[in-house]
Amino acid sequence: MSDLRKIIIDGIEVEADPGLTLIQACEQAGIEIPRFCYHERLSIAGNCRMCLVEIVGGPPKPAASCHIQVKDLRPGRNGELPEVRTNSPMVKKAREGVMEFLLINHPLDCPICDQGGECDLQDQAMAYGVDFSRFREPKRAVDEIDLGPLVATEMTRCISCTRCVRFITEVAGVPEMGQTGRGEDSEIVSYLNAALTSELQGNVVDLCPVGALTNRPYAFTARPWELTKTQSIDVMDALGSNIRIDVRGREVMRILPRNHDGVNEEWLADRSRYVWDGLRRQRLDKPYVRINGHGDGKLKPASWGEAFKAVAAAVKDAGNDIAAVAGDLAPVEAVWALKGLMDGLGSARYDCRQDGAALPPGNRSGYVGNARIEDIDAARAILIVGSNPRLEAPVLNARIRKAWIDGADVAVVGAAVDLTYEHHYLGAGPETLAGDSRAKIVDTMKGRDNPLIILGQGALARADGAAVLGQVMAMAGEIGAKLLVLHTAAARVGAMDVGFTHDGGTSSALRGAKLVFNLGADEIDMPDKPFVVYQGSHGDRGAHRADVILPGAAWTEQSGIYVNTEGRPQMANRAGFPPGDAREDWAILRALSGELGSAELGRTLPFDSLAQLRAGMFEAHPHLGALDRVPVNEWTPVAAGAMGDAPFAPALADHYLVNPIARASEVLAEQSRLAAARSMNVAAE
Amino acid sequence: MGIPFDKAVRYFLLADILTGFRLGMKYFFKPKVTINYPFEKGPLSPRFRGELVLRRYPNGEERCIACKLCEAICPAQAITIEAEPRADGSRRTTKYDIDMTKCIYCGFCQEACPVDAIVLGPNFEYSTENREELLYNKEKLLANGDRWEREIARNIELDAPYR
Repeated sequence: MSDLRKIIIDGIEVEADPGLTLIQACEQAGIEIPRFCYHERLSIAGNCRMCLVEIVGGPPKPAASCHIQVKDLRPGRNGELPEVRTNSPMVKKAREGVMEFLLINHPLDCPICDQGGECDLQDQAMAYGVDFSRFREPKRAVDEIDLGPLVATEMTRCISCTRCVRFITEVAGVPEMGQTGRGEDSEIVSYLNAALTSELQGNVVDLCPVGALTNRPYAFTARPWELTKTQSIDVMDALGSNIRIDVRGREVMRILPRNHDGVNEEWLADRSRYVWDGLRRQRLDKPYVRINGHGDGKLKPASWGEAFKAVAAAVKDAGNDIAAVAGDLAPVEAVWALKGLMDGLGSARYDCRQDGAALPPGNRSGYVGNARIEDIDAARAILIVGSNPRLEAPVLNARIRKAWIDGADVAVVGAAVDLTYEHHYLGAGPETLAGDSRAKIVDTMKGRDNPLIILGQGALARADGAAVLGQVMAMAGEIGAKLLVLHTAAARVGAMDVGFTHDGGTSSALRGAKLVFNLGADEIDMPDKPFVVYQGSHGDRGAHRADVILPGAAWTEQSGIYVNTEGRPQMANRAGFPPGDAREDWAILRALSGELGSAELGRTLPFDSLAQLRAGMFEAHPHLGALDRVPVNEWTPVAAGAMGDAPFAPALADHYLVNPIARASEVLAEQSRLAAARSMNVAAE
Repeated sequence: MGIPFDKAVRYFLLADILTGFRLGMKYFFKPKVTINYPFEKGPLSPRFRGELVLRRYPNGEERCIACKLCEAICPAQAITIEAEPRADGSRRTTKYDIDMTKCIYCGFCQEACPVDAIVLGPNFEYSTENREELLYNKEKLLANGDRWEREIARNIELDAPYR
């Protein structure tokens, strides 16, 4: 950073990178400039004119600071430093004028607008506007546009900042919105007047500086000032997006993204944003026990004591044939406590790989890889194997798209899909990773900067998954590429980290078991024979098959650590309390271990609080304690083997209904129906 | 020192009693300041802040648009509102509760209301036999509004020049 330029902002001399725009330089200097259209992650439009500043010695008119760079400033005639003023009378008058223009056609409907209280226009009109109106003419009104069930529109409120258009075109990569007309007739439209097809469309609600685009499922239900905000982590995909959960009373009202440059930047996938109504439906709020033995009996509500007694009796009957499965949403603490419980019962038959993915236990470079999500930005050659990141991790896909815009070449091995950016389609299955085409891939990627391979669960969750992993790791070694294993389950990496694995995977752990502890695993086919103890938050597949149901908390209702797909442990904080008799997962397991311990079957887990549990867990797995840090994984290639010839299948059957919470959500069900109808239409054409 | 004749004369002529009697008779024949309360009532200012009401528009549509400004401004936190889109898509409350035992009659809600929906009306006679009856819901508040609409409209009109 040697060629910093000195400039004067409001009389303060600062050094700024010549590539920065003035608005960024001012921000670095701690001076706030009002803006509507400027957004640091979108291209520069310069059409709202709110960011006007005065450039001393420049043209005798205010200049838009969002598109003038520091290097554009000229020094004075006698070599004085270039000077920018953000609080001069000229700037004040310019801002008042711009604000007056923006408010000409903006309706005065703040009381019924959902943006009220968190509206940029409202705030800036208070701060920079004038308190009267000179406009006596009729205001214009604009027709509504239909953007589907997620985004509600009120286009009369639009101030034409075009942030939504730029986001949908640049970041989401589906050019479905635009601005038509001129002058007073200019309108934001969706080209096809149909629901947006992007998996990231919810972000336009956050981007809209006014109330033109609002959150439809959340419509009119709450005001920002009555919400309690909790910082948390998303679990709908394995990306671990940073989120803010807004709660009123006991209910989650909405979920918003938080900024984290290393993970989700500031975007959030629709699946994660709109899942909250699933937290209110199909909840398990009291323990259930199946009467008359399992098989035909009915589940009857029971007390915790009765449920624990039923489990203890079943454990006694089962002897050593006890197995455990961990699901996709379980925090590491719960998985670790379940592992402790199983070890106490003398059984090592536990596993977390519901989908049968061939993730090598103990080898972190194999089940996480050695790349970070941030590495995508710098990569100039990206190979995606057996994955559709657009559906599995939409925010990650936006990141790959960003790299593609910056010049990266993307190649895909697996199902042919629309990734929103151009990519080289190499082949459908493992044969592409062998022979000539393998050599070609290696040769091509070798010469590129920071090559990266993204390996999806579609390539791993199959019989020859281990061989594919070995092959890909060998290729990565030859290329010198980094590997990112893209998971689909938020809990998977954490459970692998604490060693919740069994040789041969879940199916071999379950084989012949007489009793199964099911910690929220709803995606597997449970064998008919064993007695199943289901612990989870929603009445889904797992609960239907259960003989005893222990109601647990959903992820918003308990504090837990989740390790994301790059191996970054992050803390999800508790935003509310579980309904009814439901309890936090670790507490249920601790209480159950006490019950079993007294029956002299197992041993009581050695902790009485979450803090003690974490202390023990951090001692055994220190990297989990280093929150928000990505540990460096030692590169340990897996032996390559014989690969089959079946093409890589998609990892997700329905990318909206991925887990019990999402399946309980009406909004996501509607989205899923729409997506299915769209693909039917495409097939028909 | 002799006998105080003044005093003696007044004493024997019952002057004090006559003075008192005169005062009594004076007020006996003067117009009364007290009123026969339940049957007669004193005048009320148009700004009087009494029982809360929710008003309607003349066409019968409820005024409240669920902006929740009254809930936010209420210093006693007596107002609870829940809202959702009505079938026609407009923003309406599904629940509008006021705890009259908490209300301190400051009138901030009336000031905050952008549509003159919540108003402290002229009624001050709504004592109840138990506490529960003072927990008003939307139905009760709208019924109050319908009952007092004429007086409230008149009061707002009278107060309009000063606002």
